[in-house]
Amino acid sequence: MLATIAGKPVHVNDEGFLTEFHEWDEDVAAALAADIGIELDEERLTVLRFVRRDYHERGTTPTLRRVSATGGFDTKRLFVLFPKKPAKKMAYVAGVPKPVGCV
Amino acid sequence: MTSDRPVPTFDDDVDGGRKLCLICSKGSLDMAYPGLILANAALGEGIETHLFFTFWGYEIIRKKTMANLQFTAVGNPASHMPALAAALPGMQALATRMMRRQIADLDVPTVPEMLDHIVAAGGHLWACRMSADMLKLKLEDLHDGVEGVIGATEFMELSAGAQTLFV
Repeated sequence: MLATIAGKPVHVNDEGFLTEFHEWDEDVAAALAADIGIELDEERLTVLRFVRRDYHERGTTPTLRRVSATGGFDTKRLFVLFPKKPAKKMAYVAGVPKPVGCV
Repeated sequence: MTSDRPVPTFDDDVDGGRKLCLICSKGSLDMAYPGLILANAALGEGIETHLFFTFWGYEIIRKKTMANLQFTAVGNPASHMPALAAALPGMQALATRMMRRQIADLDVPTVPEMLDHIVAAGGHLWACRMSADMLKLKLEDLHDGVEGVIGATEFMELSAGAQTLFV
């Protein structure tokens, strides 16, 4: 469906995840983050940029372990930045599909 | 915040208080992963997770063995290998090597790395007291993330209200 986020028309699925990779920008991310009670800052943006780059290169949303092992972000810190369900929340704010990988 | 579109709730509160206990009782390479992968998934969903290692499951957390778990097709009809062939010398090493490669190809970490990741994600590792006594092992022989050596009664207290799985 077509929705308006940060004043821009964007496509989202029935859960609210963006479906078009290129419709994301940092303003949209800030709005998505606010939706789930997260304030976007530079540290979080750095993580999101890795998530987006990895998705773009591999066509799959990185799992939490991949963000940590390949992206070089500390797992404990990711739980602080995106509490409780970091992988899903990172994907939501980064405008990529919900992760499906097991590890 | 706008309301013209769906916003995921992530059910943060629905799972509040949900707790998972996994009893890891087997020490082969193939049987180490189910518990570790489920624990990892549960932690990623914000679920309080405890792993209790007992008897052969100690192989998974012993510093000496955790990086060197073995797989054998002997007694495993699902491997579809003739029983006699599976028992030939060198077969276990070969089967283990093959399985390790398959695991790595899937970008699944090694057992010690899985344990590190589980601990970093807030998971709790516990070791069984009776097994420690039988195997003559101490806390310092085990993965650094193991919080303690506990008895069955303590495990019962720990797992109160939890969903418990025996692996």
